[in-house]
Amino acid sequence: MVVSLDLLINAIVAGVLLGGFYAAVTVGITISFGMLDIANIAQPAFILFGSYAAYIVNSSFGLDPILIGFIMTPVFFVIGMAIYRLYHHAFETRGQQSIQGLAFFFGLLFVGEVSLILIFGVDYRFVEAPYIGPSLHFGMFDLPLRMLVPFVVSLVMIGLLQLYLTRSFIGRAILAVSQDRVALQLMAANPTTIKQIAYGISTATCALAGTFLIIIQPVEPSIGRDYIGRIFAICVLGGMTSLPGMVAAAILIGVVESITATFYGPSWSPAVAFGFLLITLAWRPSGLLGRT
Amino acid sequence: MGGGGMRGVSTGAFWLLAAAVGLAIILLSRFTVTNEYFFFAAYVVLQYIVLATAWNILGGYTGYTNFGTGAFFALGAYSSVVLHKMPALTQSWFGITTPGIPLPVMIVVGGAVSGLVGLGTGYLSLRLRGVFFAIATLALAIVVQTLIVNWDYVGGSRGIYIIRPANAPLGGGYIQYLYTLMIVLTVVSVSIARTIERSQLGLGFAAIRDDEQAAEAGGVPTLRLKLIATTLSGALMGMAGAPLPYYVTYLDPTSSFNLAYAVNSVAMPVVGGMTSWVGPVIGAVLLGTIQQLATVTISSALNLLIVGLLLIGFVIIAPNGIVGLVQARRDKRVAAAEAVARRKAVA
Repeated sequence: MVVSLDLLINAIVAGVLLGGFYAAVTVGITISFGMLDIANIAQPAFILFGSYAAYIVNSSFGLDPILIGFIMTPVFFVIGMAIYRLYHHAFETRGQQSIQGLAFFFGLLFVGEVSLILIFGVDYRFVEAPYIGPSLHFGMFDLPLRMLVPFVVSLVMIGLLQLYLTRSFIGRAILAVSQDRVALQLMAANPTTIKQIAYGISTATCALAGTFLIIIQPVEPSIGRDYIGRIFAICVLGGMTSLPGMVAAAILIGVVESITATFYGPSWSPAVAFGFLLITLAWRPSGLLGRT
Repeated sequence: MGGGGMRGVSTGAFWLLAAAVGLAIILLSRFTVTNEYFFFAAYVVLQYIVLATAWNILGGYTGYTNFGTGAFFALGAYSSVVLHKMPALTQSWFGITTPGIPLPVMIVVGGAVSGLVGLGTGYLSLRLRGVFFAIATLALAIVVQTLIVNWDYVGGSRGIYIIRPANAPLGGGYIQYLYTLMIVLTVVSVSIARTIERSQLGLGFAAIRDDEQAAEAGGVPTLRLKLIATTLSGALMGMAGAPLPYYVTYLDPTSSFNLAYAVNSVAMPVVGGMTSWVGPVIGAVLLGTIQQLATVTISSALNLLIVGLLLIGFVIIAPNGIVGLVQARRDKRVAAAEAVARRKAVA
């Protein structure tokens, strides 16, 4: 096999762009799983809800998909808060987060997927926007706009979230919940309320991540599954609670996947993230930038 | 632990009893059921009893959640495919005609393959607890699926057609043969689960479930026990999957690695109750039958929705399943009777 430099550079560039998108998909998990310790494996279902919301509005009103994503965030925020209420009431107060909580989210994931199949069928759906199709050319490599636009918006979104988490009172309280609940209670903040807001934010990011997904590729209900391992791999690799670490991990996985797909064929790329996840979990559970 | 009226039955007697029940069901259905479809539907329900029981040995007894049932199940199925193609392979490579491998041998081999992978996941549990273990099993399923998709010999992503042998052993149609084998597997797996429950092993598993660190500190050989649980659980899932190619006659990765297997094998013990062997059996019979009826009368997507909703509903409202509900009622009755007795004694 001849590895041409051209192909390699293009694969790396495409991987970096893909990584930016993966970061948007993972940021919600970093908040809900990394910071709040809620094993939210239903996240991919909500990302697909985001995609289908974009699809419905885009196909009937022709609105820009990313704009739809922004409009949908409050709706998803409220849904997320409601789910956390239920979760808290049913599991956290009973002290049964572990196996029952996991089964709950697993059920949610499955119900989400099956409902989408029942409503939309298994056909691929897509959105229309001016930036889907054309590419920018820079000598050796191409930048497809359908990848570049989600990449930029995703990094902006994560940057804003990072600012919010480190600067605002509630943001810092969210970080505090992940470190020490009791101490937070002593500071006169209610951990449950804080967790509820944080979980709402985590679900709200799915609205945007979902629109990115349907911009990048046509969507059908079962593709959400492919993202379960990927987002947890990125979250763990990124050190669980750190957004910059998560972005670095997302780009790393994006690049490795893209190189694998270019040189060995796309059918191998799902195994990359999962292989990474298994290796990370087995040898370095604290992640790339984590403390050991 | 539960078991209703079976409480006093010793382990050996339970095996005999289970075997007798299995035999009775086989004979009864052979002589009374004329509709072939019964065997098709019953096979699926039985397969789910095996899967749910196998899942529960790890999930219910030790508290380690496995979301990778599909992988173990499909590995069993694909090892049968490899064995099925073995005569053709020896023919083309060495020019020797070897006889076809009988299905019971395939079941044992499928169990061995999945058991080995189970052993591997057991070592994973050394570093990974709780959620991380669950996610790792989910990841494992995708890795195994990717390997199968890229392996052309067993059909790759296109899938493979399997031709059933013309004659079924034991007389009757081939589907009746598959059904009979699945009853044997069901008897074996349920009896194994019951045996574990009543043994030292079961106590060790429960200690791990309740507090692994405390168990370790108390001298429970946690790693060895976990390895036994993951191997046994994986092997039973593989055995349940081994006859699948002959049941469906067309096997492809998407359907054999279906997430529905994972969801069902989690939902059935949760709905039935995870602390005793009866739970998964009740759950599997209930959910399996509902799904079979719904597939015939409504649609196959809708029956999966029912399973998902039941899983969510039970986990919220009755986290200890049907067995838990029954037990709670019995406890309440006993407590009431005791209270009455105490009041009488005081008077």
